[in-house]
Amino acid sequence: MFGLNKKDASLLLVVAVLTMFAPFILNPFPTDSGLAQFNAGYPDLMQRFVIFGIFAVGFNILFGLTGYLSFGHAAFLGVGSYSAVWMFKLLSMNVIPAIILSVIVSGLFALLIGFVSLRRSGIYFSILTLAFAQMSFNLAYSVLTPITNGETGLQLTLDDPRILGESVTADGSIPVTNLFGMEMRSAFNLEIGAWDFQFSVGYYLCAVIMLLTFYLAIRIFRSPFGLMLRAVKCNQNRMRYTGLNTRPYTLAAFVISGMYAGLAGGLMASMDPLAGAERMQWTASGEVVLMTILGGAGTLIGPVLGAGFIKYFENIFSKINDNVLHQWFSFMPDGIEDFVVFIIHPFIGKGWHLTLGILFMLVVIYLPGGLVEGGQRLMSLFKKDKADDDGSHAPTKHPAE
Amino acid sequence: MDAILLQILNGLDKGSAYALIALGLTLIFGTLGVVNFAHGALFMIGAFCAVTVQRILNLSFETIDPSKTDFLGNPLKVQSPYVVEWFGADFGNAIIDWSVPIAILFAIPIMIFVGFAMERGLIKHFYKRPHADQILVTFGLAIVLQEIVKYFYGANPIPTGAPEAFRGSFDFGVLLGFDPNAIIYPYWRLIYFSFAAVIIGGVFAFLQFTTFGMVVRAGMADRETVGLLGIDIDKRFTFMFGLAAAVAGLAGVMYAPINSPNYHMGMDFLVLSFVVVVVGGMGSLPGAVAAGFLLGVLESFASMNEIKSIIPGIDQIIIYVVAIIILLTRPRGLMGRKGVMEE
Repeated sequence: MFGLNKKDASLLLVVAVLTMFAPFILNPFPTDSGLAQFNAGYPDLMQRFVIFGIFAVGFNILFGLTGYLSFGHAAFLGVGSYSAVWMFKLLSMNVIPAIILSVIVSGLFALLIGFVSLRRSGIYFSILTLAFAQMSFNLAYSVLTPITNGETGLQLTLDDPRILGESVTADGSIPVTNLFGMEMRSAFNLEIGAWDFQFSVGYYLCAVIMLLTFYLAIRIFRSPFGLMLRAVKCNQNRMRYTGLNTRPYTLAAFVISGMYAGLAGGLMASMDPLAGAERMQWTASGEVVLMTILGGAGTLIGPVLGAGFIKYFENIFSKINDNVLHQWFSFMPDGIEDFVVFIIHPFIGKGWHLTLGILFMLVVIYLPGGLVEGGQRLMSLFKKDKADDDGSHAPTKHPAE
Repeated sequence: MDAILLQILNGLDKGSAYALIALGLTLIFGTLGVVNFAHGALFMIGAFCAVTVQRILNLSFETIDPSKTDFLGNPLKVQSPYVVEWFGADFGNAIIDWSVPIAILFAIPIMIFVGFAMERGLIKHFYKRPHADQILVTFGLAIVLQEIVKYFYGANPIPTGAPEAFRGSFDFGVLLGFDPNAIIYPYWRLIYFSFAAVIIGGVFAFLQFTTFGMVVRAGMADRETVGLLGIDIDKRFTFMFGLAAAVAGLAGVMYAPINSPNYHMGMDFLVLSFVVVVVGGMGSLPGAVAAGFLLGVLESFASMNEIKSIIPGIDQIIIYVVAIIILLTRPRGLMGRKGVMEE
């Protein structure tokens, strides 16, 4: 199917089903039940899942395949956001030209940065990309204020030209982003019993684009080009000794992953038409690194899992507060209850980053393959038990993916 | 002329901080071969040592002074620090005033301990892993340390004053024969620079003139051979990690009066310090120090109005531009050694 082998096709199908039915799957608890806070099926969060999924899948094409660790990928995301918002300001509120422009601009930007940074490898490459990203961030904050609107961030205003659209809607407000008339923020609510499912246009646009990019990523992973990138990761010197110039391959991977980041930025701006410099800060670059590693670098599904995992728990953890904890542990004796809440307190609410940092360290130390490797280990444990019952030996380690 | 001198002086304090952090980074990299992304966090912990010591010295008890009343007419509650109570008004207040220099004494053992704990507890297990893993795990550690500090001290910067005697500025130009008021320079920055110079000199002297330092240098050059000679080089390298942590911590303690410590100051400095290390040449101690001062001074020149009017925004990006140019023209950095970090 689509030029994929059976395994990849089923993976794509699973992802497609999951994303298409996400409003159901992520909304398992009735609206008024105590567990409703664990629901993630509202448009804003689901959009973040898939947008960061795209970002991480793109980052993985660079880091997972070639092993080049870029610490400046957020710059492309920021550039993508800015170009999309400019398109909304100048041309029209249709998201298609905005997304196309953001991909093109970030691709060109990545070409420029990659051309310079890829002259070096290892830690030097990380530092160079970091330097470029910080440079873009600082410039966006200071000199480029006419383009980026500095600290306030780039926003739509009523006197934007919008050549193909209208500057002001009939009722005097700023028009909203749309896809040929379908407004991004409009949603269809479906109430079944105690459940309330929301189907947002914006989410489905992002989801469809994410599926396309995911498919593209599978094709890249399985192509001769992808193999070449893996060879670069394995042993770049040996590749060079065979008389092959690796630079064009790594540069292509860098530009592709930059375009993915730009696409994510463009989508982000399409969902909520504003762009700020903080999207380019190196902490934002660090976040996509976290997502990719946490999910499993070099695997297909890993980055998507990582992005979903981090965004979901970021959202959930931030919502939990001491009162909620007291409710949960109310079955314990008073003293112990207070103690347990006291222990957990630093890790919840605003302490989410602490939890994330610890989790990330644990993953890097014990599970370098991320969640995917964890899953595989569990599976093999399971299979081993079964195999022992049969008295035969099952392979304990599976190849990646 | 005086304007140029002023900019050089202005660049020295930031340059000193860059140089100290970069020195520590290079020590760790040169000895253990580990890229430590948590080094900025050590700098930040140092600064918060100063905050903590200041808070401890300011611990007070309340007494009710019946002779005075507050605006509601109640008897006034007077806060008086324990230190003042114990040592008398003059000496007690002097101790509180000098809390930042006193913090140095506390910071040294704390930082060495933190360094040991980091090396033995975590980084030891990462010698054999690829550099990317080392970067990632120390990056995670940096986040954790930063969040812990944020949890205990809050997200806002905490002003930490220098001793009263060093708070003002003085007319540096007059000493060199310029017009009065041409070069006004705060005392504390001068002290910071001298302090950094002493520490850098101390580290170099330690490496150059002691047997321990000689062994460490030998280990940096060829770890295996030193091991074969029956020297436990790992133990010495652990000590060097502690030393590097202490250097970063002291840089942080002394920096607290210049810039009020907040929990992300380490990360801000770390990015620049890595650039400094790369410009100086990975693994070269003199290179790290030279590049630190060079970039600090360049940054301060770039923030002159005359230069900003020619190239707007140059002050924001000068360091990165220099780093990119140097990395592309001299791939090993200013003083890099051959064969270090060349995959």
